[in-house]
Formats: sequence, C-alpha cells, structure tokens
Amino acid sequence: MRETERPGNRLAYRVERLRFRYRHDGERQRGTGKEWALTGLTFEVLSGEVLGVIGPNGSGKTSLLKLLARVLRPQEGEIHLFGSLLAAMSQDAIARLVALVPQDSRQIFPFTIAETVMMGRFPHHRSRSRLFGFGWEGPEDIRLATQAMKETDVVHLAHRSIENVSGGERQRAIIARALTQQPQVLLLDEPTAFLDLHHQLEICMILRRLNESRGLTVVLVSHDLNLASQYCDRLMLLKEGEVIRIGAPQEVIRPDVLEAVYHCEVLVDRHPLSGLPRVTLPGRPGGRVAEA
Amino acid sequence: MSITGWQRESSKESEATAAAVCAETPVEIPTVTALTERSVLSARRWFVTMLTLAGISLLVITASLRFGAEEIGFSDSARILLEAFRYGATRIDLLGPSSVILLQVRLPRVLLAFMVGSSLAAVGVALQALLRNPLADPYVLGISSGAALGAALAMLFGIGTTVLAISTLPLWAFVGGLMAIVIVYRVAASYGRLPVHTLLLAGVILNAIFSALIMFITSIMDPNRSFSTMFWLMGALTAPNYPTMVVLVLYLVVGGSILLWQSQSLNLLTLGEEPARSLGVEVEAVKKTIFFTSALLTGAVVSVSGLIGFVGMVIPHAVRMVIGADHRLLLPASALVGGTFLVAADTVARTVLAPAEIPVGIVTALGGGPLFIYLLLYRKSGLAV
Repeated sequence: MRETERPGNRLAYRVERLRFRYRHDGERQRGTGKEWALTGLTFEVLSGEVLGVIGPNGSGKTSLLKLLARVLRPQEGEIHLFGSLLAAMSQDAIARLVALVPQDSRQIFPFTIAETVMMGRFPHHRSRSRLFGFGWEGPEDIRLATQAMKETDVVHLAHRSIENVSGGERQRAIIARALTQQPQVLLLDEPTAFLDLHHQLEICMILRRLNESRGLTVVLVSHDLNLASQYCDRLMLLKEGEVIRIGAPQEVIRPDVLEAVYHCEVLVDRHPLSGLPRVTLPGRPGGRVAEA
Repeated sequence: MSITGWQRESSKESEATAAAVCAETPVEIPTVTALTERSVLSARRWFVTMLTLAGISLLVITASLRFGAEEIGFSDSARILLEAFRYGATRIDLLGPSSVILLQVRLPRVLLAFMVGSSLAAVGVALQALLRNPLADPYVLGISSGAALGAALAMLFGIGTTVLAISTLPLWAFVGGLMAIVIVYRVAASYGRLPVHTLLLAGVILNAIFSALIMFITSIMDPNRSFSTMFWLMGALTAPNYPTMVVLVLYLVVGGSILLWQSQSLNLLTLGEEPARSLGVEVEAVKKTIFFTSALLTGAVVSVSGLIGFVGMVIPHAVRMVIGADHRLLLPASALVGGTFLVAADTVARTVLAPAEIPVGIVTALGGGPLFIYLLLYRKSGLAV
C-alpha cells in the first residue's frame, strides 16, 4: 500500500490559465468555428474530494480530463499535481498517481479481461528492474488485480476475451484496470454511460467507498446531472471551455444557472432521501398524469 | 452475480443475504487461483509454449532438408552435418555431391526461409499493434514494396553492391521501408480514428505507386539484370552465401530483440495512443522505435528475398487465436511459427515442379490472399474499429 505517500490536506490539482486547442482539424471535427477547446481555466481540485465536471456537449469536459492525465498537452497554462508541475513529470510517474477511465475503450485484439486489468500494473513495473522488459506479474500484482475485479464485479469474466463482452462489462473491466493502477486520483469520462441502473449505482458506490476509505480523489465527467449531484462533493459547470460555476451541488444545480448554460427550461427540486438538488425536464405540454 | 462488493459492506443486509455471502466466499478462492493459471500470461506458460514451438520448428527444418531435386536421406543429412562440424567447411568437397547440395544450397536456403518468415511475422505483429489493425502486414501496407524500391534504386545505380565485401542493400531497403511506414502512419493518424479498410486502401495505393516506380527502374536496366531483379521481386529465396547470412542474422537478432523488449508497450498500444499514455507508456518514443525496427527488419528481409506477402498477416492472426493476444508471447511465438511456415512453403515451392522452382512469394500469396479476403469479409466484429 502507498498509504504513507498519501498527501494530507493538500490540493490534488492546481490548474492555472489553462488554454488548449486541438492541433489538427481532423482530430476533432466540431466545425463550430470555435478555435480553443479550453479558454483559460483556473480551478483547484481538493485532495480527497469527488469533483463532478458537467456541461453541454463540446464544452471541453473530455479535453480537460485528458489534459489532467497529460494524455494531451496544453498550449498555455500550468497544471500542478500534488504540488509538482505535471509537464515536468515522466509519463509513468503520472500513471502511478493518476488513472484515467476513457469514454471509449473498444479493443480489437482478444485480450482477456484479466490481462486488460493487469495492464494497470504497467507503470509500477516500469520503475522496477525488469527482466528483458517483460515485467512478469508477481503475486502482489495478481492480488491487486483480483481485488479490483471483485470490486467491479468482473472476476467471473476473468478469462473472457474483452472484445466479446458487453459494453457495461467492458466499462467495469476498465474501471478495474484503473483501480489496479493504485492511483491517488481517478479521472473518469462518462463512467456510467454504458451501464444499467444496478451497475451505475454500484460504480458510484465503489467510487464513494474508495474515496472514503483511501482518500481517493475523483474527477468525474458526466452528462447525468442527477448522478453528479447525488455523488459528487462539488460540481464544476463548463461552457465553451470556460468555468461558469464551481461549488457544492446546491450552488450549481439551480434553474437560473442551468437555463443560462443549456438554453432550455428545467425543473429543479430536492431528492426525497438525500435532499440534494434534482433536475428534470419539463415534459411534454399537457402531459400531466391525472392524480389518482 | 447478484452479491457484489459494496453490498457486502452495506449495513442493511438481511441475515439471509449475509449467510449467502459467507457461503460464497470459499467458492471465490479457486477463482483467484484460476486467474493466474488461465487468464494471465505466466513465465511457465511462456517457456512451455516457446519450447514446444521451437521443437516443432526444428522438426520441420530437419524434414525440409530431405526434400528437393535430389533426395538426401535423414541418416545421410545427419552424417554430412556431423562431418562438416568436425572438419570445417574446407573439406566439404571431399564428402561428395550430396554434401555440397546439402551444405551449400539447401541448408542456407532453409535457414534463410526461416529467418525471413520469422522476421515478417514479427514485423506483422508489431505493425498490427501499432496501427490497431489485425490485417496490417508489411506487404499489404506497401512497406515491403517501399523497401524493394529502395533496394532497386541502389541496384540501378550500382551503389548497393558492396562495401567491405558486405552488401549495403539492406540499408537502402531500410530507407525505402522507413519512408513507406511513415507515410502509412501519417495516413492512419491524420483523422484520429481511422477505419481499418481505409488504411488498407492507403496501402494498396502506396503499393501501386511503388510497383510502378520499380517497374520503371527494371525497364531501364539492362535485360540480364532486369530478369534477375524481376525474379527477386517475386519473392525468390535464392541461397545466399554465408557472409550475407551472418549479416542478416545480425540484423534480425538486433531487430527482434528490440521488438521483444517493447512487447509490453505493444500490449498497451493496442488500447490506442491516449489510453496507453495514461498507463505510463512514452508513446512517441515507443512508436519511433517500432517504426525504425520494423523498417530495419523489412529492409533486411526484402533485400535478400524480395516481396513475400501475407506471412506477416496470416501467421500473427492464427497464433493469436491459439495463444492469446499478449505480445510478450505472441511476438516470439509468431516469429517461430512464421519461420516454420515459410520453410514449409519454400519446400513446396522447390519440390512441386522439381527440378524447376517457383518463387515462394507466389506460394504464400496464393495461400494467404484468399484467407485475407475471407477475414475481410467474415471477421466483421473484430474490424469495426
């Protein structure tokens, strides 16, 4: 365990004036004429919090997540990860601290689920001396992978090929891979997009539990405002590459804020159990159900 | 699996469910053991697989030494090889015509076939991972013909022949192959996520351009050299002399080791560049290494054996279906199987119309081409990138 390395009440991320655009037009064909995907973001991610990033399509959520994992590099601005400059770190040092669960993780080669999950150990092998670059997995690696697979309920699929499982099963395997990285920060891009209700709930509970027991920092991009509202400590609302509002769900999930960003009418009430804000669409006109 | 992680820790469990959890816990322990044995590559499985394949390779090589225009029995082969080891190469002539055929024609040719086949298969594995395309192959993508163009140009100007008695043709072929591989990758990467078929189309076009240039070059050569160049292009394994073999072995050992050293990175690159980076792979450096090594191996192979197609696509495909996708095993296993396959194909090529020979490239294309079309048509699920 890396408990001793865990930073106390420091910031997980400090992001300053972050500007980013895709270099080739072909990389992302938005066609809106808007050049910058992110136009000078400044914000902080607290260590040990669950931060939800919400916003309309094309607001730069996914780009931001990729920048935080340094899968992409920004044109301007700085990102500090636990106090050190992200741009100066090596890729495997970042991967030991930050795990990314991408939105789309289709695989065309017949890797088993277990092999896929085990790939999460790669950054840890890099730092050890390796036999001919092979990095045979040891018992500790297998233990960690098995534990992660149990947590995401994919142990029974261990020997199945990842190209032949359902989208939801694949998504859970990818989350298991991220957990196998033993990260301090987990970045997730639409983690519940392919999942049914049962597994949506399960993934959210896993994230909360890891957050509480290990102090895992979670940054979660989601289109599902209710899910974000229920499970995140703070929300960050993006629009056209800018931070519109950042704060507790009650401060962000408000009719006036949402209507200004999404340009449509929404209803916001309180969740009957948690009391957190809940968003619904107004529904079709005159579609009111006669009360029994 | 209705009983899952978070529910176990939930305090609201009914007693019945809790009992079920307890009942299930011992069942999961064998599952954990199964994880190491079946689903993840272990050192033990690696060595067992490799030793088995090496044994099969040795058997096929020994068998192929027997066949040819002149039959040489196993016992004779064994005797000749032993004598040659004992007396050294200088005394070969004293051992009779069989030994000359065996040691100066057949053995070098069989070894060449093995090296060419294994290199093509290894390059195929690397390219398939890098391009995330199970149909990638140095021949189909035009990398072989790029290398052939480089070699043909060197032949035309007479610059590739000898420096210190060692052929520099592989280097010229390497330059041509590298050029082709960079063009192919630029095409593949320019639109982020490229459909499999578009990349193949790019390879077809590239092949057409390079072939036209090669034909132009051969047409302005003098007729004698032009004929031998054409025969070389068809993928003919003509027995090389031993110094050339030694140089080739060096190229292949260096190239193969580099690919093997990158095999874990190749595993992660199959996820795509961005996910690979998020798992700690220095993608740009790995990519450049693979480009260079693939071009080096293809160049070395093409300069001695011309264009031999489909070995690099069919062999990795078949091996992957049997032993799985982990490149730490897939890469060396494909190399062994590819070498063995080409030895067998070459044995067919030189015996089926004996004493006449057909270029082995024709045999592999006739076998591999239809299989390629079959995969293109019927393996849709795996190709929908």
